Amino acid sequence: METLEKDLSRDDQFQARIDADVRIEPKDWMPDAYRKTLIRQISQHAHSEIVGMLPEGNWITRAPSLKRKAILLAKVQDEAGHGLYLYSAAETLGASRDQMLADLHSGKAKYSSIFNYPTLSWADMGCVGWLVDGAAILNQVPLCRTSYGPYARAMVRVCKEESFHQRQGFEIMQTLCAGAPVQKEMAQEALNRWWWPTLMMFGPKDSESPNTEQSMKWRIKRFTNDELRQKFVDMMVPQAEFLGLTVPDEKAQWNEARQAYDFGEVDWNEFWSVVKGNGLCNHDRLQARVQAHEEGAWVLEAALAHAAKRAAREAVAA
Amino acid sequence: MDHPADLQPAPAAIAHAPTVRQQLFEFVLQLADTSLVLGHRLSEWCGHGPVLEQDLAMANIALDLLGETRSLYQYAAVLEGQGRTEDDLAYLRPATAYRNPLLVEQPNGDFAHTVVRQFLFDNYHYHLLLALKDSPDAPLAGIAEKSVKEAAYHLKWSSEWLIRLGDGTAESRQRLDKALATLWRYAAELTTPTATEAALQDLGLVPDYGALAPAMQAHAAHVLAEATVPTPQFAPFAQRGGKGGQHSEHLGYLLAELQYMQRAYPGLTW
Repeated sequence: METLEKDLSRDDQFQARIDADVRIEPKDWMPDAYRKTLIRQISQHAHSEIVGMLPEGNWITRAPSLKRKAILLAKVQDEAGHGLYLYSAAETLGASRDQMLADLHSGKAKYSSIFNYPTLSWADMGCVGWLVDGAAILNQVPLCRTSYGPYARAMVRVCKEESFHQRQGFEIMQTLCAGAPVQKEMAQEALNRWWWPTLMMFGPKDSESPNTEQSMKWRIKRFTNDELRQKFVDMMVPQAEFLGLTVPDEKAQWNEARQAYDFGEVDWNEFWSVVKGNGLCNHDRLQARVQAHEEGAWVLEAALAHAAKRAAREAVAA
Repeated sequence: MDHPADLQPAPAAIAHAPTVRQQLFEFVLQLADTSLVLGHRLSEWCGHGPVLEQDLAMANIALDLLGETRSLYQYAAVLEGQGRTEDDLAYLRPATAYRNPLLVEQPNGDFAHTVVRQFLFDNYHYHLLLALKDSPDAPLAGIAEKSVKEAAYHLKWSSEWLIRLGDGTAESRQRLDKALATLWRYAAELTTPTATEAALQDLGLVPDYGALAPAMQAHAAHVLAEATVPTPQFAPFAQRGGKGGQHSEHLGYLLAELQYMQRAYPGLTW
């Protein structure tokens, strides 16, 4: 009974710190559920960065110019870097990278479903940067102010690089749309495929998002899924128009009264189906990660064995 | 971060006699093709590296090589004076016009093959650039001066990995030995001058490869000793031909991928 009261008061104190916008740091006491929620969210985010290297990595060897090749390679490399900072942020909560990777490889941990769609043309490099990174930025900018310090600080760095990525994606689209008819068709075809999946990136409707309320209370999350989705549509429809492209949604119309765009209903059956593992690339993406890990195991073992031999030799010498 | 798109403007060519200019063009093209092809190979690892840190390291080296490639093609285009661009040179030549040595087009294989290929190349590349930065041809010296700092890091990376794999586990050693046995045969081509290289060496524009040999050998001996690998006893027939446009079967596939967009959609801007 005494313990329970103590815990309750610790919970209250914790919530008071959150409400006062005081950052939570690794050594601070935190409720188990807060720790678990953060580990789940940060590791999922890290996995998304790593799996997210694959669809764009698919075009590095086929990029149409040396400049594009260099930019794309640098961008995919940035994603590996984001994965590293995020795994480190999750480690401050007591999660180990080995365990997080094991959970990814077993299918227990999730990553963003958007990466289960294939990249089929060069214009997809434009759409992934412009739309996918655009949606990611909307999701991530509020995380720079999230209550857990190491996560918030990692996100400041991630967001700076993501905004460069988004600009380069838009610039690819601009170049295509200002080019030959075949390039503009390529751009429209890619937009047709990526539009709806990017709207799904904000997650299920608020009414079906069980974690939102608690996450908002803990200030891990600062906007609801539907709020962010609306923001995204309001931002992207005019950008598509500027490019001379049409979003594949007849209901996407400006609503003067709401001062926002109306838009059609996301196909939630498709969303849940891909989340459950039925997307075109779910199997291949995960397989690629598992394969890299399994085929890389001997490299890590060699590095560790060598480090141990070296340390033993140095101990003898000293 | 330093984004590779921001390159220095193409350097102005200095006055050379037309024959020398042509030879220099061929040499610069050879260096550009070499870093392009190796950078391309390394970029194939992106997203599939054995551990995240090494995925990053290989992408980093690929990016450095790609940056060097672009400076070299830009300078080659200036030397040629025909209005071709870096992309024309990279994307619109047939495989037989490529001048890279055979080593760099060899497939990635396992990580041990990638490390050995990189070590053999880096040991040559670093020492070449170190000497080339004193070339009387100022644009070439400028490119070498910038790239040598990166090449020093590459050599450190591949040397350290060669040591870890050699003096790591039984499996890593076995894989390393196999990679050495496969790739050693391509090493000699790097420092065997073509007629063009020999002519430029006579003019003092390109360093004498014989003069680079002692430092290269000393470094290789040191690394192999640390790796507990005896200097390879085998002396396979030294394969060469790439620098003269005679390639292995691998280059055609690499270029088919590299050139796909430019070939499928000719004459467009991307």
